[in-house]
Amino acid sequence: MSLITNKLTELRDWVDDRFPLMSLWDDHLAKYYAPKNFNFWYYFGALSLVVFVIQVLTGIFLVMNYKPDATTAFGSVEYIMRDVDWGWLIRYLHSTGASAFFIVIYLHMMRALLYGSFKQPRELVWILGMCLYLALMAEAFMGYLLPWGQMSFWGAQVIISLFGAIPVIGGTLAEWIRGDYVVSDITLNRFFSLHVIALPFAIAGLVFLHIIALHEVGSNNPDGVEIKKKKDENGKPLDGIPFHPYYTVKDLVGLTVFLIIFSAVVFFGPEMGGYFLEANNFIPANPMSTPQHIAPVWYFTPYYSILRANTINFLWIDAKVWGVVFMGLGVLSFFFLPWLDRSPVKSIRYRGGLYKTALTIFILCFLILGYLGVQPPTAARTLVAQVCTVIYFLFFLLMPIYTKLDKTKPVPERVTM
Amino acid sequence: MSDDAVDTRRRRFLTGTTVVIGGIGAAFTAVPFVSSFQPSARAKAIGAPVEVDISKLESGQRLVQKWRGKPVWVVRRTPEMVETLKSFDPTTLRDANSDKSEQPEYAKNAWRSEKPEYLVLVGICTHLGCSPNYVPQVGAPEVGGTWKGGFFCPCHGSKFDLAGRVFDGVPAPLNMVVPPYRFLSDTKIMVGEDKGAAA
Repeated sequence: MSLITNKLTELRDWVDDRFPLMSLWDDHLAKYYAPKNFNFWYYFGALSLVVFVIQVLTGIFLVMNYKPDATTAFGSVEYIMRDVDWGWLIRYLHSTGASAFFIVIYLHMMRALLYGSFKQPRELVWILGMCLYLALMAEAFMGYLLPWGQMSFWGAQVIISLFGAIPVIGGTLAEWIRGDYVVSDITLNRFFSLHVIALPFAIAGLVFLHIIALHEVGSNNPDGVEIKKKKDENGKPLDGIPFHPYYTVKDLVGLTVFLIIFSAVVFFGPEMGGYFLEANNFIPANPMSTPQHIAPVWYFTPYYSILRANTINFLWIDAKVWGVVFMGLGVLSFFFLPWLDRSPVKSIRYRGGLYKTALTIFILCFLILGYLGVQPPTAARTLVAQVCTVIYFLFFLLMPIYTKLDKTKPVPERVTM
Repeated sequence: MSDDAVDTRRRRFLTGTTVVIGGIGAAFTAVPFVSSFQPSARAKAIGAPVEVDISKLESGQRLVQKWRGKPVWVVRRTPEMVETLKSFDPTTLRDANSDKSEQPEYAKNAWRSEKPEYLVLVGICTHLGCSPNYVPQVGAPEVGGTWKGGFFCPCHGSKFDLAGRVFDGVPAPLNMVVPPYRFLSDTKIMVGEDKGAAA
């Protein structure tokens, strides 16, 4: 036994002489000190990494049987579902993974809003994270075209037409994205390429940068206390514990719970009542007829509601253009959070009532917009969406004011458990 | 100049020119890749005109035909439908006279067609490209009580009258597009070209 261990140690040392194995291990796991007071909210970073791996692995196997061709794409997905051994499982893991990805990412972002994780010195971690969110949206949108169902087709038609609303260059730009005058086989083929090659690479690269930037500044925590300010005589943060084994073990527990829920959805409700896989997408794409009711998948609906809420022409600009502008700003606003927030404290634990109220109202509006986005438009719903859109943007626009006026509590020197 | 002295000006100039020349080269190299995204020769060639047989189209019905991958509608309007078009208050329409909208000269009138009976439209909403539903019933409940018949887009709720003119207060900015077309006979329409040259 000791002979084998000795041999393995020798092998490790042989590699370590030629590759910075142990120093990478130490820098990012064994001697990366994370605050000791992480709570439930700190599972979602690791979980989103796991979901990314699930998507890549299942994706590799789906591509082996999928055909990116308008005449055969729909049939090849049905073929995977019916004729390929375990194909249904691989496909449902991938389709459920898409929704799971957004669930964990939204919770991960929520954590940042609660504990001020976007604030100085983590601005770049936040911006890289937001770039990941954009890349993920593009990845999900392009992936959704591939089954070539009715929702795939009309969803893509609507979203690509958004670019057509841009004055002067819009029409040419939309044509350039589609490679055709309407969404067609050409569009399907290029979205396939971007979905399986370009964007996964971009996401992997951004994940790398996101983690490197995080490990440079160190993790935030539910108290918003910088643990690097209090170190022991060896230079270790007093409130820090090594990521491995402490948080690898903690994350394994979270992962287990996550996988129980995830598997339950995959096995018992992969369509999730039409929210994860929409009913109309079981009908092959028909460019001649739009389904009675179309809505994007749930994770895009808040922005879709903002788009639809713009029905008024003002400043000589068409309502259509405003819809697209506000939809884009709705996503981009998050990028500016580190500079909009003027509060001296990070965590919600030490913030006053103003930020707590603003954040609660914002989250409610986000959820209401999300709900309205899956509903057909009526006059009353449009009005509610308009009110929520205004509140959504006021959350960002007024942030420098209410975070400055807010009465904060004193932040402790050390983290609390 | 001694051998070990570094001429920083010269070095900066060389770095600068290398970056500029390299950048120009990279920009030119990007051209074929960016251009490959444009509609290919084959995609452009598919835009040939199509013939539509309207001999079996009953009054009040709509026919859908594919042209350039898009749905083209031919609606045979009843005389009442044509009458209704004149009854709209122009202020409730965004572009009542079709000044900003896209249509051939012979369709720039109140009924937006060559012959009032036959409406030819590209069946794509001018908002974000969905294909609106044909809702000819007066007072159709899904659209609203004052509905006089027309087209309703299920995606974002845009409304058009039976000439494809857009109503005010909906997301779509313009009237629906009328393609170039001509009557080959009383029962045949050529969509995609008119008396002038092919579009």
